[in-house]
This record gives sequence, structure tokens and C-alpha cells, in this order.
Amino acid sequence: MTAVENQPSTGGGEPAPAKGRRPLGRPMLYTAYGQDMALLNTGAKKVAVAVLLVVGLLLPFVLEDDLLRLLATGAVLAIGAIGLNLVTGYAGQVSLGHAFFLGIGAYTAAVVSGDPEDDQLYGLGITFLPVWLIAGGLAAAAVGFVVAPLASRLRGLYLAIVTLGLVFLGTHVWNEWDAVTGGIGVGRPAADPVLFGVDLSRRTEVFSADQQLYLLMTALLVVFALLGRNIARSAIGRSFAAVRDRDIAAEVTGVDVRKVKRRAFVISGFYAGCAGALLYSITGYLDPSSFGLLVSVQFVAMVLIGGVSTISGSIMGAFFIALLPRLTRELPEYLPFLSSSATETPNVFQVETLLYGLLIVAFLLLEPRGLFGLWVRIRNYWKAWPFSY
Amino acid sequence: MTAPATAPVLEVEGVTLRFKGVTAINGATFTVGERELFAIIGPNGAGKTSVFNVLSGVYRPQEGSVRFRGEDILGQRPNKIAAKGMARTFQNIELFENLTVVDNLMLGRAHQVKYGMLAAMGWVGPARRSELADRAAVEEIVDFLELESYRRFPVGLLPYGVQKRVELGRALAMEPQLLLLDEPVAGMNLEETEDMARFIIDIRDELGLSILMVEHDMGLVMDLADRIMVVDFGVPITTGTPAQVQRDPNVIKAYLGEDHDTGGRRKKQTADEGTTS
Repeated sequence: MTAVENQPSTGGGEPAPAKGRRPLGRPMLYTAYGQDMALLNTGAKKVAVAVLLVVGLLLPFVLEDDLLRLLATGAVLAIGAIGLNLVTGYAGQVSLGHAFFLGIGAYTAAVVSGDPEDDQLYGLGITFLPVWLIAGGLAAAAVGFVVAPLASRLRGLYLAIVTLGLVFLGTHVWNEWDAVTGGIGVGRPAADPVLFGVDLSRRTEVFSADQQLYLLMTALLVVFALLGRNIARSAIGRSFAAVRDRDIAAEVTGVDVRKVKRRAFVISGFYAGCAGALLYSITGYLDPSSFGLLVSVQFVAMVLIGGVSTISGSIMGAFFIALLPRLTRELPEYLPFLSSSATETPNVFQVETLLYGLLIVAFLLLEPRGLFGLWVRIRNYWKAWPFSY
Repeated sequence: MTAPATAPVLEVEGVTLRFKGVTAINGATFTVGERELFAIIGPNGAGKTSVFNVLSGVYRPQEGSVRFRGEDILGQRPNKIAAKGMARTFQNIELFENLTVVDNLMLGRAHQVKYGMLAAMGWVGPARRSELADRAAVEEIVDFLELESYRRFPVGLLPYGVQKRVELGRALAMEPQLLLLDEPVAGMNLEETEDMARFIIDIRDELGLSILMVEHDMGLVMDLADRIMVVDFGVPITTGTPAQVQRDPNVIKAYLGEDHDTGGRRKKQTADEGTTS
């Protein structure tokens, strides 16, 4: 580790100028706190992010449509996973109720964007994407605000069980409230991703629907990841971590623990709500049974596999889980005893469910920092290359 | 007993704290003056840490009053008391072990963070300025406590003595008026103890803070403290300067037990010798 160079003291604790000239070839030499605290504080990070963005932009012209759709789903799941990571990874408040928040976002967005002429279903007819997206996020955030006091009373396993209850509560409401959800087995159309008069879920002259959706969801993921990262590195993210590590010490240090927990649930709810709103606008259809316990477990898997309390880990985990079914679908070719039909056992869907559990266990035992931890190992190896120590 | 010249920073009067049948503190009464280093000593289980927990708002006593800068702070939440300018360290280190040293110190400034979630998300304007100012202030403490080489390490990986120093740093980052130190040199070797003693003297003399300290290292207490209160089983026995306390027969009795007729087997010891362990 290289020590950070101090700004020559001007006395009186004046903040150092945010920007300053940085000598070339000395990546760990900082001459201002602003440089040290920047999001991309090394040259390598800047290059890596630039490369990732360029690759992300080029992908839709290279990949098949069905793969793009999968990646778009992965991007939306990543937004949800960041939300769960903020409350569970950063703030340490175990939540199994993520599916519930997702459902609130999805249905709020569907109602806002829904057809007002339809006499079976509620609809406001506002299809402009930012409106229903933020409405979905805010609705879920509001529920997060209401749920948060639970976390002031309960912790750990008890909180997990109570938030689990939310999922079942939600499932019941979604199944029964036909005017919003369409009812069991019927469902309703999801929110229409319309941006400036263009319905992105229909092909246009230039792009196919999946290309458009991929670009939209990736762009949104970049925005949400950036916002999440900013929260994580600010005083708010630090106070989340303080409450997670030592709540009594945090309080004595001047952190308002109840406020922090409330903030964590609100922001997590907002992310989940937005993810829920977006997720079903890809398929265009919303079924009341889509928000069960398995969805919550999947998000927990994303966070644990990706890396607890890292934003980039949440993204890696989400893409991993999104692409996993695609891989298991290939299995019957190599393992003939597996069936690709859901009616026979053993089938690939069972393998998939099994894999979530196995992967969580394997990662917790072998690499608790998740995919992010694997990345750190690789990075550290190459940092010291060709020396192995 | 030498009374402090100016108005006391902290006035504790008749504080009594009970847990069911156990009386942890029984009528603790003392004051801490401006720039004074006031020490509380006593055998294990005497209720010293309980006094700290009452002061910082973790426990709520059944009786008594605590006035900080003239304001009654009993019953307020710990974070409110912290914001008023009372900082503390813990006997068993209570750091945020997954965070770096800098982040731990930055958290000491949590109570003066004014910006909200939206500003934090954008990392613009007030949020950015506030973070940079906090970082500059934290670096002063890094400098003061000689933590430069540990800045970026997660504190969980640091040696014990350094962790103790980081915890002191976190308390200082709160810019307190009164600093509560709960066994600042417990478990430290000689050199670490001397370093910590130097920091404590600097904090009092250069930063001008009032300090309330609980410590078992009698050598350190006698050398540093302006006044000492001795407690035993929650009951304050005596308060006075180090020299007065050392001569007090009640103190010797509390630490070494009463001199029963044991046929001359037990030699008389002074409190100083007998308790430096």
C-alpha cells in the first residue's frame, strides 16, 4: 500500500482543492483529497470502465436478439441486486422481502402506464418511461419507509423472517386484487417502455426491439450503479456500514441508527421498485405469481455470489444468475438423464433451483467476497506479476 | 480536594443504576472541569464502565442527574449526546472493522453531516464539499495520531495497539469537548502505553479537551490524572488528587481487602504497588 501524499498544509483544516495536476506514471500519488476520493481514482479503473462501456455499446451489433434480451434482463436484475445489497450488504439488515418491493414497483408502473379505457384493469395511461419508472420506485420506497421501523426492533434472523412474511402477504394481495393484477392465471400487460413517443418494445426501422431494450436497460443500469456507488462512498454509505458492523458504537459516535435503517430500506425499496417496473416491460406481461419467495432467494443469491457490500459485485452476481438458466438449458445434451421438460424428473429447472443453493453455499465457504473477491484475487495477482508474493 | 477553577464541563450527581437486584452504580457524584483529566479507578466490576454507559446514553439510570455544559442530558439518545460534544472510546475495541482507518475516522464526523440522500447520490455541491472538508479534518487527526501508514487498511487487519489509536482518533474526529476514555492502554505493551500516554497528554494540553478516563494501569493514572475518583461495588469511596487517593485507607482496603488477623502472614502493601498489574 502506498501512503497518500498530504496536501501541503495551509492550516485551519481548509479543504484541499478538488482537482490538481497528477504526475504521470505514479498512479498512487495523489496531490489533492479530491483525486484520492474520486470514483475512478486510478488510471487502470478509468481505462477498464471505458473499455466496458465501449464493449457494452458494441454488443447489440454482435449478439443474437435472444441473448440481448437475456442481458437486458440481467441489467434490470442488477439494479434490483444493487438495491438489496444496499440494505443487506451495506447496512446489514437482512431482507428476504425483496420480491415484494419488486412487485409493488411492477404493479405501480403497470397501473400508471396501463390503458385507461380498459374497464377490467386500473390504468392511468401515462406511458412515458421516466414517469412510471419513478412512480414504481417511489411506491416501493414508501413501503420501505413503512417497513423500516421493524428493523429498529428486530435484527438478523428475526428480521429475515418478518421480511419473508412480506413476500407471502404480497403474493396474497397480488392474487386477489384483480383490478390491479388481473388475477391468477390472467395477469395484465406490463408498463410500456415509451421514450419520446417511441415504444422501445416494438422494432423500429433502425433497431430490433431487443437491441433497443438492451441499450435502454444498460444505460439505466449505468445510471443506477453510479448513484448507488455515490451513496456507498458518501457519509450515508459509511453510516450504513457502521450500523452493520457495530450498531451501539455507531450510535455513540453520533450516527442516528433508526434514521440509517429507514434510509437503507427506502433506498433499497426504490431500487427494487424501479427494477420491478423495468423487468416485466421486457416481456410485456405481468403475472401475479411472479413475485414469490424464489425471486427473493434469487436476489440473495445474486448478492452473495456477486459480493456483499460491493456495487460491482451486485452487477456481476445479477448477470451470473440471469445467464445461469441459459447454461443449464444446455445440460441435457451432455447429461442425457436430465430432461428439458418440466413434467419429468430430474429436469433442468430442478437443477437450476438446486444450483442457486449450491452456489450460495460454495461461495460462502470458499470465497465469501463472491465474484468480486475472485476479481480482487486476479487483480492482485497481476499487480505483483511476475512475482508471486 | 481541589475544585476546578472554571464552571465544570460535566456534573454528575447521585447517579444510581440498577439491573434488577444488582446496583451497578450507587450514588456517583463528581464533576469534570475545563481541561481537566479526571480518572475513575476501582477493582473489576466496580461500575466504572457503567458510568460511561450512563454518560453516553447507552444506559438510563434510575436516579440522579447528569449535566453536560449545564444541560441535563439524561434520557437523550446516544447520537444526540454525541452531537453535543461528548465522545468516547470503548474498553473492548468497537471499531467498524470492515472499513478503512480513514472511513472510521470520517464516521466520527457523522453527526455534522448536513447533506441528504439525493445530494449523496449525485456527489455534487454540498455533499462533495462536505466530504472534502471532512477528509481534510480527518487527515489532521491521522497526522496527530501518527496513523499515516495505516490509512487505507481495514481496521480489522491492524494490530491491537493501532486499533486502540484509531478508536481514539474516531473519538477526536467528533471534535468533542469531553472525551471519555475507557481503559485506553488495556492490553498494551510498555511502548504502546507510553505512546498512548503521550497522546493523552497532548489531547489535554494542545487540544484543550476535558478527559474522563477509566484505567487499571495505576502508574499511568497517577502520572496523568489531575483528580481521581475511586469506586468499589458501585459506591464512590473517595475523590482527590493522586497523592491524596494513594494515602486513603479506604482505598487500600478496597483494593487489598481488610487486614484481618491472619497471624502476620500478609504484609502491608501500598495501594500503588499492590494494584499495578
